[in-house]
Amino acid sequence: MGFLLAQAGAEKPLLWVQDRMAILESGRIHPPGLPTQNLIHVEARDAKDALWTMEEGVRCSCLSAVIGELWGDPRTLDFTATRRLAVASERSGTPCWLVRLAGNANLSGARMRWRIASAPSLVNPLDERAPGSPAWDAELFRARGMPPGRWAVAHEAGRFHLVAASGDRTLGEERRLSA
Amino acid sequence: MPHLAIERWAKSADCPPDSPAVLTVEGTHGLLIHAVTKAAAERGAHPGARLTDARALDPSLIAVQADPEGDSALVQRLSKWAGRWSPLVEVDGDGLRLDVTGVAHLFGGEQGLVRDTHRRFAQMGLTSRVSIAPTAAAAWALSHHAPCICGPDVAAPIAPLHVSALRLDSDTVRTLERLGLKTIGALIGLPRLALARRFRGGEDVVDALDRALGRKAEPLTAEPADQPPRVLLKLEEPAMHPEAPAQALERLIPRLACELEGRRLGARRLMFSGYRVDGSVAVAAVATAIPSREPNHLRRLLGDKAAALDPEFGFDAFALTADWTEELGAAQESLVEEPSGERELARLVDRLTVKLGSSAVRRPQPEESHLPERASGWVSALAKTEPILLPPMQRPQRLLDRPEAIDVIYATPEGMPRRFMWRRSVHDIARVEGPERIAPEWWRQPSSTRLRDYYRVEDSAGRRYWIYREGLIGDGRGGAPNWFIHGLFG
Repeated sequence: MGFLLAQAGAEKPLLWVQDRMAILESGRIHPPGLPTQNLIHVEARDAKDALWTMEEGVRCSCLSAVIGELWGDPRTLDFTATRRLAVASERSGTPCWLVRLAGNANLSGARMRWRIASAPSLVNPLDERAPGSPAWDAELFRARGMPPGRWAVAHEAGRFHLVAASGDRTLGEERRLSA
Repeated sequence: MPHLAIERWAKSADCPPDSPAVLTVEGTHGLLIHAVTKAAAERGAHPGARLTDARALDPSLIAVQADPEGDSALVQRLSKWAGRWSPLVEVDGDGLRLDVTGVAHLFGGEQGLVRDTHRRFAQMGLTSRVSIAPTAAAAWALSHHAPCICGPDVAAPIAPLHVSALRLDSDTVRTLERLGLKTIGALIGLPRLALARRFRGGEDVVDALDRALGRKAEPLTAEPADQPPRVLLKLEEPAMHPEAPAQALERLIPRLACELEGRRLGARRLMFSGYRVDGSVAVAAVATAIPSREPNHLRRLLGDKAAALDPEFGFDAFALTADWTEELGAAQESLVEEPSGERELARLVDRLTVKLGSSAVRRPQPEESHLPERASGWVSALAKTEPILLPPMQRPQRLLDRPEAIDVIYATPEGMPRRFMWRRSVHDIARVEGPERIAPEWWRQPSSTRLRDYYRVEDSAGRRYWIYREGLIGDGRGGAPNWFIHGLFG
C-alpha cells in the first residue's frame, strides 16, 4: 500500500474505494497510518458499486489518484470493466490502481500489472529484533511497452529504493495495478 | 371540513352511506357523540349529545369509538397536500387556513379557486366549506357558519353571524347572549370602551372582534422567514406513466436555475415533490456539497431519484423546491472552459453521495485520542473537516473494524509474543517490537476496561501485524489476558 501511495501526488485529494468484503477481510484504511490525510474514502456495497465509483473518480481530473480494492474474483470485474478504467484514466490523466486482494490474475485491460508480496523487512538499526523498514517483492508480470521484471523494493526514510533481490518467496497477497 | 371524522371513518370502514352510525368520545358522564352520519342525524343524533339519549330516540344507532389522533394526522397530511394552492398553509383545528394573497388568479379567480378546492376535496370523499375573507378570523367564522367569498368589506357579511363565530369561549358566549348581544353586528355597534371594560378577564371580546375586522394583524404561524425558491408544474391531466417525473424534472430544473440565478443563490438541498391525485405527496430529495445552480449537475443528481417516484394513481402537479440555499454570486470559472478543481471535486462527492449514501462516502476527521479506533474518526464527505495534528506514531495503514481475537503463544506474564493463530492459520513471529501501552480512557469508559499493550510483529513471510494484549495478569479486571489483532501494515 505504501508502494502505491508513494506514486500519488499530495496536493489533490485521493479517492480510496474499498468494497465491503475487502474491509471485512483486510481492514479499513487507517488515516493516521497513511502519509496523507487528504483523501475521500468510499465504502462500496459490492464490486459493481466500487467499479462505478472508481470510474466516476477516474473521469474527474480533480483527484490525485484513484485506488480501488476488491476482494476475490467478482463477476463484474471482467476485461471490459478494467479496460474502461484504463481508457478513462489515460484520457483524464488521473492515475488509477486496482488492488485485487486474494484474486486470480485473470484477463484484464490494465496497462501495467504487478504482483506484490510482502518481504522480510530490512534490519532495524536501533533494535535488531524489531521490524525495520518495510520491504516488498514486486513483480511486473505484464506491461504495455516494457519488459516484465521482478524487484525487491524497500521504503526507507520517505523514499523507495531497490534492494538486492533475495531468493524466492511465497506470494502472500497479490495486487494488480492498472494505468 | 365539517364532517372530516365521520367521512374518514365511513371511507375506512366501507359502510353503506345510509347506515345510522355515530362516532363517540369519552365524556365526563359517559359516551358523547362526536360525529354523526347523515342517516343518524335524521334520527335525532347530533354531535355533543350523549349516546344514551340518542339511543333512546333510536336504538338502532351504530356507535364506534372516534379516533381524534387519526383525524388530526389526516388534517396534517392534507395541509401538505394543500400546498398545491398556496405555499402558506396552516392547520387550524379541523380546518386548513391558506394565505391565497396573489394566488387566486392562477386558478381562475377566487371563484375558480373555491370551485377547485370543493372539487378536489369531493374527489377524496370529503365535504369542504370554503370561505375567502380578508382576515383569518373572518374566514373561519364564514366557513363555519355561512361559506362565501367576502369582499374587502368584512363587517357586512359577518354581521348577521352568531357571536360564537368569533371563537370565544362558551362562558363568554353565554354572557353575551344573556345581554342580548346575539350577533356580531350587535357587538360592532357597541362602544369599544364599554365592551373592553365589561369583558376584561379571560377571553377578550374586543380583541376577537378586532382580529375579525382586520384592525389587528393575525399572521399565519406557518409562514417561513424567507420563501425558498420554488417552481411548479401543473398538469392538465394526471400522468400515470413512469417517465412523467423525469420529464417534469427536465422542465423544472432550468426554471429553478433561472430563479436561483436571479436571487444569486445556490442550492444546497433540493426537494422534488410530485402531488398525486389521491392527496399524497411523493418526495425525492438530494443534498449538494457546495451551493450549485448548474442545471446539468442538478439534473444528474436528481434524475435517478425522480425517476423512481411511484405515480400510483397519477401525478397532477410537480414542484421543485430548493429548501436550503446559500449565497452564490455569478462566477466565471476561468477563461478557458476548464472547471476548477474544488468545484469539480464537490460535484464528484455529490454524485457518489447520492448513489451510495452519505454514510459510505467519507473523509477522515482525526480525533484527539490515543485509542486508535477513536483517533481515526470519519465524517461525511459533504461536511467540512478540520485538520488536527496527530503525534507521529507508527500506526498501521489498515485497521480492522472490530479487533479479532487470536491465540498467541507468549512468555507470561508480560513477555513478547512468539507465535499466533489468526483465521485458522499459524504465523510464526520473526520480529517483534513493543509493547506500546495504551491505557483506557477512564473518563468515558467503564472502570472495568483493561489496558492494551500493542506489539508490531512481523511473521516469517514478512507480513506485519499490529496485535495487542488486553489487560495484565492480576490487574483485577478479569482473568488471563486476551490477545487481539487490530491492524495490518500495508
